[in-house]
Amino acid sequence: MKKQSQKAMQQLRVVIVGHVDHGKSTLIGRLLYDTNSLPAGKYEELQEICKRRGTDALEWSFVLDAFQAERDQAITIDTTQIWFSTEMRDYVIIDAPGHREFLKNMISGAAQADAAILVVDATEGVREQTKRHAYMLSLLGMRQIAVVINKMDMVDHSTERFEEVSKEVDHYLKSIGLNANYIVPISAREGDMIANRSDKMDWYKGKSLTETLDCFELESPPLSRSLRFPVQDVYRYNEERILVGRVETGSIKKGDTILFSPTNESAKVTNIKVWPEDSARVSAGAGECIGITLDERIFVERGHIGSHNENPPMLSNVFRANLFWLSAKPLKQGNSYKVRYGTNEATVTVQSIDRVIDTDDLGQTEKASEVGKNAVAEVTLRSREMLAIDPYTDNQKLGRMVIYDGYDIAGGGSINMDGYADQRENAPKSQNIFMVDHLITDERRALNKGHKGGIFWFTGLSGAGKSTLAMAVEKALFDKGYHTYVLDGDNVRYGLNSDLGFSPEDRAENIRRVGEVTALMADAGLIVISAFISPYRADRDKARAASPDNFNEIYVEADLKTCENRDPKGLYKKARQGSIKQFTGVDSPYEAPENPEMVVNTQDNDVQTCVNQVLRYVEDLVRLETYETSRKEKAIAI
Amino acid sequence: MYNYLDELEAKSIYIIREAYNKLDPLGMMWSIGKDSTALLYMVRKAFFGRVPFPVALLDTEQEMPEVYAFRDRLIKEWDLDCINWKCPPEEEMDMTLPPNTRSAMRKTEGLKTLMEEYKFKGMFGGIRRDEQGLRAKERVFSPRSFDGSWDFKDQPPEFWDQYKTEFPEGAHLRVHPILHWTEIDIWRYHQRENIPFCELYLAREDKETGKMMRYRSLGEKNLTFPVESPADSIEAIIEELGVTEVSERSGRSMDTETEDSFEKLRARGYM
Repeated sequence: MKKQSQKAMQQLRVVIVGHVDHGKSTLIGRLLYDTNSLPAGKYEELQEICKRRGTDALEWSFVLDAFQAERDQAITIDTTQIWFSTEMRDYVIIDAPGHREFLKNMISGAAQADAAILVVDATEGVREQTKRHAYMLSLLGMRQIAVVINKMDMVDHSTERFEEVSKEVDHYLKSIGLNANYIVPISAREGDMIANRSDKMDWYKGKSLTETLDCFELESPPLSRSLRFPVQDVYRYNEERILVGRVETGSIKKGDTILFSPTNESAKVTNIKVWPEDSARVSAGAGECIGITLDERIFVERGHIGSHNENPPMLSNVFRANLFWLSAKPLKQGNSYKVRYGTNEATVTVQSIDRVIDTDDLGQTEKASEVGKNAVAEVTLRSREMLAIDPYTDNQKLGRMVIYDGYDIAGGGSINMDGYADQRENAPKSQNIFMVDHLITDERRALNKGHKGGIFWFTGLSGAGKSTLAMAVEKALFDKGYHTYVLDGDNVRYGLNSDLGFSPEDRAENIRRVGEVTALMADAGLIVISAFISPYRADRDKARAASPDNFNEIYVEADLKTCENRDPKGLYKKARQGSIKQFTGVDSPYEAPENPEMVVNTQDNDVQTCVNQVLRYVEDLVRLETYETSRKEKAIAI
Repeated sequence: MYNYLDELEAKSIYIIREAYNKLDPLGMMWSIGKDSTALLYMVRKAFFGRVPFPVALLDTEQEMPEVYAFRDRLIKEWDLDCINWKCPPEEEMDMTLPPNTRSAMRKTEGLKTLMEEYKFKGMFGGIRRDEQGLRAKERVFSPRSFDGSWDFKDQPPEFWDQYKTEFPEGAHLRVHPILHWTEIDIWRYHQRENIPFCELYLAREDKETGKMMRYRSLGEKNLTFPVESPADSIEAIIEELGVTEVSERSGRSMDTETEDSFEKLRARGYM
């Protein structure tokens, strides 16, 4: 008799995974029988089936067939749910039998599970599917895992064999960032150490399988994290505009100022709305579906994310994802896909496939051009517009996304921002700023110097030849009487930017400051040449935005191998040894320009050829005649 | 205090609002039973007291009089836009099916003609995974081809509350916001929220046998039978469900007529 009243009300969802024939179905059958969870008559039915099939011993895996009423093999391919209970609470086993389409179904199942049981055969140890399934658990963020070493009866209940296989499993799980909370020796066939302890394994002092399951916990709502309120929809009822959504993390109160991303606009919460109406309702926490009203009519729509001012999501138009691919049509570099996370939807282009991981042997392929079915990959994705992004490590609800190909969900994965900086624009800290106009025009400055000012922004890998080229071009220009100056990466870091390191944020700030300085110098009428790796498109775009008319992006091109062979400062060597971290091209990304004004190939050309190429380009642009011509053209156009 | 019913409810409301945002026009199948009535109540929560789309009863004119009375009461009290859709007669059903399955097929055919008439892109249904083995396989957003059939062998993956909400012209989605609830959850929710339900669920004395009988599951009078039970209040029902081993759909004859009759019904578009 079940004791419903004393039990926890909520059921715990368990997924059972493991290599084929390691005993998943037998375990499920036995678990149901040993916990008295078989419906009336099923045990007798099972005996009958076994007698008919001519086996003496009970074949527990037949329970599944009988229990699910799935006689036809063809339909045993999807996620199914089976209930059982212990004294403490009810459980749902999310079973994903069958091998075809297994990954798709396992993910649909395991993604809803609170805990996992990984079944490993004591005679065989870790096999390919053991690895693959465990890897998927890690990708899905599973943190409650019981490993059962099954078929202990086949190895004479040997404690040595148990230790050996345990060690092997544990070692593998640790290598993919998982932790087995419990490892239990069992015999599903004999019913040892499932719900009942066993005399044959009295050397094992730990918990039985059902006792370990009872130790697992239901996830509690993430109340203590930073607020995230993704707007699901906007309803207008009785002149009232209600933003509805689920509080994913943290909590929200009446009177809070809420910052919406990516729009960067804020307003105060005037009411927390629920139905039936409850005026006492002044706050809501993680997991609750609510509505809010605001004191100002700012632009908010589905997909925008509400947070508090202190801990907003990052803003970026580029991010990375660790994803699994389920579709028969491969994911390809350069293709565009729709992604969804929270309630937000965006179109992204696959900028690069940085690594493809074979889930069988964890073998890695760097820089692939496509990701095939059932593979796992690290990719860099770029969107046109700015997105509000939370890396998975910061927010497990919003830090994961699904990716669509056409109508279908084709994959999913966790988001990270490794190597990329937050691009949220900080408004000037001081208020009461008034721009003052100069009394000297650009034209008069140009006439005074004999040439126009301009920015020639070199970007490229370390060792591509930016500094060499910049200094040579500067000298040649100077010798011809031009007013020119080079801003060099290393030089600037001694002074103006001596407070900055090499984190993505500091790199972004480094380039922001240099961008502003080049804008001022060009405005003053100088020909400014800057020589910075400036690896991120977003940062270079910002530098361009500081002085759009003067800016010329020049890609100093040489491949990684060439640069690494040159290694003028010995930095690649150090980076490869690991003594320098976050080195561009090695463990930090370099995003080549998409439409640079000019490309200088230093790999195939000598220095003088490159200098002449740049020189011609610069002189053409800063010449006063050009200035006059372009002015005339403009005048005609007007 | 946030408890597990709140969690179940929040998940359902989230799904309801997703469907409302993505699918237009949207409708809901209301069988007038405890499940779809609880679902309807959650729709009202999602839209602050409103039901912003029509609800449809697939009417075979075989429901019990108490069911029709309960329908009329809620239409009035909850201000429902209710489509009372007449199902085609039994003579038009596939004659190779067993008689009770054939009778149940009338609802399936009725649903088909309803969908043709109203061109719904999304249709809410109040099914739950724990009701029946095949329903356990369902997705929350479950695509149906133009004739309503369900391909359970090749279903879209569904995880992290992200759903497949787009599909080719002519198809539609069945949306199942209470798939994750169990029978006892539904009754506890009815009790907590004080949601009205049809009196047939409560035990009353059978005049012929003198036994206390009640309906576990409501269906048409020719297909559904009461089970013996002393539970004459919602408290007693909850108490009873904690210990019973009789399955919920045991009073539904078409489920068990042949080994795979329910499977056949579902594949052809039954709820």
